[in-house]
Amino acid sequence: MNTHGTVREWGDNHKFRKGKSALVSALCVLAGILVVTPLALVFIYLVIQGAESVNGNFFTQLPKPSGELGGGMANAIVGTFTLLGIASLIGVPIGVLGAVYLAEYGGPKLNWWIRFSSDILNGVPSIIWGIVIYGLMVVPMKGYSALAGGVALGCLMIPIILRTTEEVLLLVPQGYREAALALGIARWKVILQIVIKTASKGIITALLLAFARVAGETAPLLFTALGNNFWNRNLLQPISALPLQIYSFATSAFDDYHRQAWAGALVLVTLVFVLNISVRFLTRDKA
Amino acid sequence: MTIAVESAPASASKTVGQRLPAPSRAGDVFSERFTMVMAVSIFALIGLILYELLVGAWPTIKTFGFSFLTTSSWNPVTEKFGALPFIYGTLLSSLIALLIAVPLSIATAIYLTELAPLWLRQPLTSLIEMLAAIPSVILGLWGIFVMIPFLSKFVYPGLQSALGWTPFFSGPIFGIGMLSGGIILSIMVIPIITSVSREILSSVPNLQREAAYALGATKWEVTRVAVLSYAKRGLFGAIILGLGRAIGETMAVTMVIGNSSRISASLFAPGNTMASVLANQFAEASDDAFLSALFAVGLVLFLVTVIVNLFAQLLLVAAGGNKHGKLA
Amino acid sequence: MSSPSTTAEQLAFDAKDVCVWYGEKQVLFNINLGVRPKSITAIIGPSGCGKSTFLRCLNRMHELVPSARLEGHITLFGDDLYAPTVDPAFVRRRVGMVFQKSNPFPTMSIQDNVVAGLRLNGIRDKAFLNEQMEKSLRLAALWDEVKDDLHKPGVSLSGGQQQRLCIARAVAMQPEVLLMDEPCSALDPMATQKIEELMQEIKRNFTIVIVTHNMQQAARCSEQTAFLFMGKLIEMDSTEKIFGNPSQQQTEDYITGRFG
Repeated sequence: MNTHGTVREWGDNHKFRKGKSALVSALCVLAGILVVTPLALVFIYLVIQGAESVNGNFFTQLPKPSGELGGGMANAIVGTFTLLGIASLIGVPIGVLGAVYLAEYGGPKLNWWIRFSSDILNGVPSIIWGIVIYGLMVVPMKGYSALAGGVALGCLMIPIILRTTEEVLLLVPQGYREAALALGIARWKVILQIVIKTASKGIITALLLAFARVAGETAPLLFTALGNNFWNRNLLQPISALPLQIYSFATSAFDDYHRQAWAGALVLVTLVFVLNISVRFLTRDKA
Repeated sequence: MTIAVESAPASASKTVGQRLPAPSRAGDVFSERFTMVMAVSIFALIGLILYELLVGAWPTIKTFGFSFLTTSSWNPVTEKFGALPFIYGTLLSSLIALLIAVPLSIATAIYLTELAPLWLRQPLTSLIEMLAAIPSVILGLWGIFVMIPFLSKFVYPGLQSALGWTPFFSGPIFGIGMLSGGIILSIMVIPIITSVSREILSSVPNLQREAAYALGATKWEVTRVAVLSYAKRGLFGAIILGLGRAIGETMAVTMVIGNSSRISASLFAPGNTMASVLANQFAEASDDAFLSALFAVGLVLFLVTVIVNLFAQLLLVAAGGNKHGKLA
Repeated sequence: MSSPSTTAEQLAFDAKDVCVWYGEKQVLFNINLGVRPKSITAIIGPSGCGKSTFLRCLNRMHELVPSARLEGHITLFGDDLYAPTVDPAFVRRRVGMVFQKSNPFPTMSIQDNVVAGLRLNGIRDKAFLNEQMEKSLRLAALWDEVKDDLHKPGVSLSGGQQQRLCIARAVAMQPEVLLMDEPCSALDPMATQKIEELMQEIKRNFTIVIVTHNMQQAARCSEQTAFLFMGKLIEMDSTEKIFGNPSQQQTEDYITGRFG
């Protein structure tokens, strides 16, 4: 075989290979466009369909009985925040304090198991939490309730908060812990006054992310909070939430309900994205 | 402890040491124990789920045993329950979702890490993460009122006239159905697979790419030989993670799949997944046998997702280990 | 070394047969070392020789590594630091420490940084805190530079100032000894000189033990020098002796730059 020949062959082949490379690149670009398209479409429809129905009534009125025009989702908006409040009472302390254990105290073996289990728990479908809390709270307490819905969301939050908060705590340089311990300060005070304070912005970020994750959850509320069309100030009674209201209106047969479902969706997406975007601001500031 | 006072430097009359309260271990012991209880409660939560599901499903397990998984009649009136239609529905819709999502996601991840101009990478990544943040119920709403009318007007008739001779694309087109469920699922798992794949691909050391470029390889050859083969295991983990998400995804599927407890060959026919049957029928399950059967479906769903996620985690852990261990 | 009789002048630190393991690996071998009060003792040696580990044994900071284990005895003015009833936090109140990298607490102002140890250890007396704050900043030669900016965050200072802030934070606790772990290795020569002058000032009231990889620094500042090599104390003597006429070949090889 002579060298001259192979180089020329290689040269000819190169054109084909370059063409192939360009083709694959084009396909990748196409895939990217296809992936982003649904997002764009969802947004366009949300804004078009939702904007015309989001008005003062939407935020101040209760849903009207089926068939009647007008009304709003005021109770569902308040309900969503109520449920998030109850959820954070469970999710935040367990998640944050558990993360403190992982980052500050735990040995490598136990930590590995806790992290692994919480990743597994994170992958459990949210509807499973719905039926577990149904069995655990709704049946014994003989009724659907805001409390049960909040607990279901809280359980969902725990693994999310645990993992993200741990990462944030581990970002605190070891030097601060050492400096504080070298002053003879008790470990728990070092954690509380130095580590958590230093990481506070990151911890808030982690919490906001968890809120954004569960604020749009419907499945765990279906058999716990149930939803209703009234004002409810009793946490032992059913309560509505934006996702629940959107679901029940979207699957109903009335056009005016559909219209309001779009409005609810726009408000819910705005809520979720405001949470997400404030996270981005917080993290950018830090870097 | 009196040592401090005895040995304090002679200079000070009112030293810091005399003012400090004695250190106490109690706070440290308490805080370690307390946070440990919180961390370990993760195990308790998993145990709690398993316990509740087992208790709820027990009558069904006792009555039907293993045949619950293999029979396909689901009749609350005669109280005969077999979960096969839902297992079938879950598998089929997830399969459709992965068939669509995997090539698109991995191609997008390649674009994001290898091809896209640098200024575009971060915005595009954020955009895809935003797609992941859209609540399921909103995608379902969009599915009902936008996607399904579009598909049943422009796509499904074409599919039927081309492939109608196979059982998969025969029969009446309802709009809602297995195929619509699979498509909406694909939209939901694309962000997951894409962002995990992107992380995997960008963790491939540049040394790999440079070595391939140095041999005169084209961009695609570099990607295929140096990047993809290196990241194989991690990408597989990303896909399995997407599968886990698809299996457990509830609301969007529930809203477009049609709530039918029958197995039919046609992808246009309505069906149910394990998750959607829970969402559709749990609230109306009035008698104990029906409720228990639904708990049993939940138990199966839980076990399947745990196994799938376990597998995905192990793959990703192994791939993460590669990052540090195996350098060319 | 010509130490006076122990009863007349009690040693600040007295380490006897100190051995330390990290897991299975032994990093310190039978260290016997005495530190005289109100003087500066330098510990030198190549990196990885165990000098930092030994320093951390003096305030029990090595216990932050979960696998660390120590045998032997260390006393501080006669008190056993490792007696079973002694809380490490108690040891650390008596033994201050300054680290290689300056680490003022990022969430605190300059004045809060100085009194962080006092306040977090439970002292509430405002007047006393202020008095200690000014005293410590003066001692650290920082008062004139920051007295108008006491509310600014500690991390807004320059590198050298941050390190002096850390010294002020440590001396505010009125420790009996100040440990310094390569305190100048991240600083420029000007800032280093300032800290070295400061050490001469501080040693009137405190005992100082400094770990340094900079032999000129050890020769300039210290009265006594210990040379550690591969976890063993090779030689300890007056600084003049170590740098002028060491009795061990290894010491001479090291200080003349033949290895390390």
